[in-house]
Amino acid sequence: MEQEKTPHWDRQAWMGVLARAPEDALLALWAQYDARPAFDWLRPPEVGGVMVRGRTGARGAPFNLGEMTVTRCSLVLQDGTVGHAYVQGRSKAKAEAAAAIDALMQTAAAPRVTKSVIEPLAHQRQAARTARAAKAAATKVEFFTMVRGEDQ
Amino acid sequence: MYVAVKGGEKAIENAHAWMAEERRGSPDVEELSLPQIREQLGLAVNRVMAEGSMYDPDLAALAIKQARGDLIEAIFLIRAYRTTLPRFGCSCPVNTADMACDRRISATFKDAPGGQVLGPTFDYTHRLLDFKLAADGDVPLAPEGVPRQEATPHIMQFLKGEDLIQDEPETDAAPGDLTREPMEFPTTRPLRLQSLTRGDEGFVLGMAYSTQRGYARNHAFVGELRIGTVAVEMDIPELGFSIEIGDIELTECETVNQFKGSKTEPPQFTRGYGLVFGQSERKAIAMALVDRALRWKELGEDDQGAPAQDEEFVLSHSDNIQATGFLEHIKLPHYVDFQSELELIRKLRREAQDLAKSKGAAE
Repeated sequence: MEQEKTPHWDRQAWMGVLARAPEDALLALWAQYDARPAFDWLRPPEVGGVMVRGRTGARGAPFNLGEMTVTRCSLVLQDGTVGHAYVQGRSKAKAEAAAAIDALMQTAAAPRVTKSVIEPLAHQRQAARTARAAKAAATKVEFFTMVRGEDQ
Repeated sequence: MYVAVKGGEKAIENAHAWMAEERRGSPDVEELSLPQIREQLGLAVNRVMAEGSMYDPDLAALAIKQARGDLIEAIFLIRAYRTTLPRFGCSCPVNTADMACDRRISATFKDAPGGQVLGPTFDYTHRLLDFKLAADGDVPLAPEGVPRQEATPHIMQFLKGEDLIQDEPETDAAPGDLTREPMEFPTTRPLRLQSLTRGDEGFVLGMAYSTQRGYARNHAFVGELRIGTVAVEMDIPELGFSIEIGDIELTECETVNQFKGSKTEPPQFTRGYGLVFGQSERKAIAMALVDRALRWKELGEDDQGAPAQDEEFVLSHSDNIQATGFLEHIKLPHYVDFQSELELIRKLRREAQDLAKSKGAAE
């Protein structure tokens, strides 16, 4: 299943990129991809919840924090390649695109899909994170010590 | 005699139609869109996600619109929706040490590695109404600095190095889930934290404040408060490995509290912990204080009889949906109940009058 990895992306990484991508961004890139494959559903898109856990004191025992919405689906391409998706949110269209892309990423189309979908999404996410980090950095307090009278 | 009554369908239908019209408000004013609520009332959205116990900003925005801004009603809608969803599984515990921090402050260590990062805060504003917001206007872009690439370490780990703070032993014990099994008392710390993180912000705040005012005082410092984004990772059975299924915004508060010590152990600082969906720092700090107060037994402290030490009291009354459900049901028709009360009071009065009469006749 995982023999045809592209050099820089393993399946865990690309599925993570697809799961977190904003729906609009993913669907826009996918719409531009000209060789979208035919497929059959193994499991049509289904919206559900995942219980998110934290740890007491950040490092201790797990506890249940609350749920998040997730949409999942599985499909099979005509060559038999199976694609899965578990994506954040409630968009069935996003899950379908993610599963189709997951399948294509296991085929000879992987380099093209990487270039036209996965890398742009990863780049957009990184740019958004960097922009927030830059704003946070500007709010970092620079302490300076006042010269005290008796020291002069 | 029991008389079953039916009716009111037309009145209810018309009341709901009018409610929808009132919700829309004047048609001369542009309608509020869900993206507007999500983007511009973000802290309300965060509260609805935290207390609705469901991370989905678009759904929370819809709930706020539908509830006309009544956040407890919106939380109710989210809780109701939540029950309709199949549960795909549980995530691995989120790693808040890897958080991409928008804000990270410590009230205890000025020079903590990673620094004091204020983030988009109301702190240090003058709380004067800003009439510029009443007129629409462009907001200048926030200044940028050099973005931090590496993760920001937790401040508490520096105390841990010297063994000055109580350890938080890492386990992988599966926690109880109060959405699946009703809570029983005494309960466990993981269940208390689940209950507090979805508890009513006002109630948890009040409980936390009571500890500061002396009802089970525990001298809390905010060791660290951080707000930012973490990845949520889950094991996917059909893949046989875990993937990141999303990013969520969290607020985490770790408090450093006064000592615990014994004949055999030197004094150590103790901890309280708060972790809440979204940017919800008042709630996260309050949660940490109440968590710490509820740990009195485990830390060998005295039962002072304070409300915040009583887990049954705190956890049974912190859920605003349970509370409002029970509170508000008393406004619904209780005609038959009340009829029996009426009969009873008439009977009691009749008996009292008869008694008074017979006494008067006897004298």
